[in-house]
Amino acid sequence: MLEAITGPWPWYVTGPLLGLMVPILMFAGNKHFGVSTSLQHICAATIKPKTKYFQYDWKKQAWSLVFVAGTIIGGILAVTLFGADSSPALSEGGRGLFASWGMEDPAQLQPAEIFAITGGNVVRPLLSLGLGGFLVGFGARYAGGCTSGHAIMGTSLLNPGSYVATISFLVGGFAVSNLIVPLIMSL
Amino acid sequence: MALLKYLIIGIYFGIVLVKGEVVSWYRIQEMFHLQSPYMYLVIGSAVVVGIITVLLVKTFALKSFGGEELNLKGKPFNKIGNTAGGVIFGFGWALAGACPGPMYALIGAGYWSILIAVFFALLGALVYGYLKPMLPH
Repeated sequence: MLEAITGPWPWYVTGPLLGLMVPILMFAGNKHFGVSTSLQHICAATIKPKTKYFQYDWKKQAWSLVFVAGTIIGGILAVTLFGADSSPALSEGGRGLFASWGMEDPAQLQPAEIFAITGGNVVRPLLSLGLGGFLVGFGARYAGGCTSGHAIMGTSLLNPGSYVATISFLVGGFAVSNLIVPLIMSL
Repeated sequence: MALLKYLIIGIYFGIVLVKGEVVSWYRIQEMFHLQSPYMYLVIGSAVVVGIITVLLVKTFALKSFGGEELNLKGKPFNKIGNTAGGVIFGFGWALAGACPGPMYALIGAGYWSILIAVFFALLGALVYGYLKPMLPH
């Protein structure tokens, strides 16, 4: 019984539990599931930029900041109580792919090749997490949403723009994952 | 106190993201290299739950627990914004191996280097805010 919680979850557990974010937020407070607007609110609340995009009462959107604070706490509980952070249940093909990039066999959720910055290669973390993070923040706000707001919430509403955005996410992701990521891993 | 429920919902979200390995760089690359159906099935089944929710809300005119009429209006369709912004987001998703939700959850999971991604994501949102009036949407 405990093994079902601490062991790896199959897609038919993870997916529906993730999809429940839609009804939970709707019924709890008439809110639409979405994460990347929090980036805008954090800028508006902290450095208060003098441009129209950040000139609004962020306190009215405080729920979004409380929600992402909860997401951080959820990350703590997942690794402490639920036995996450073991070697991910990847496919044989996936493991072969990472081995062909000269990577160690996956032992944690994230690769040391990118996440170990002390004493390691700083170019890989800067390109992956630095440039990648910038493009995620910029792109999500330009697109008006991210994987949660468009690919799950917007598609659930059958919103045309969200389908266009979701397909665009995949197009950009396929291109960079296949053409650029192997180059970064070879650095 | 009214905000406490969002903290609990966020905790639930973070647990599912980390436990379901959705936060893993490996899972994202595996998805974009078509080496596993896992992420497609996760996102696909999540969308099915969402679509069923919206159908039920429409059919039975369901209201929020607070008795409010539920907002079912999607975000506006911006041809260039959704496409160009979407592709740029996809570039970053593949590079970092994480999107915004997982970035937050990974802070909690103790992968401190993700703070680099969070910092730059905030910078990206900031730069977008300044460039917005000049960008086509």
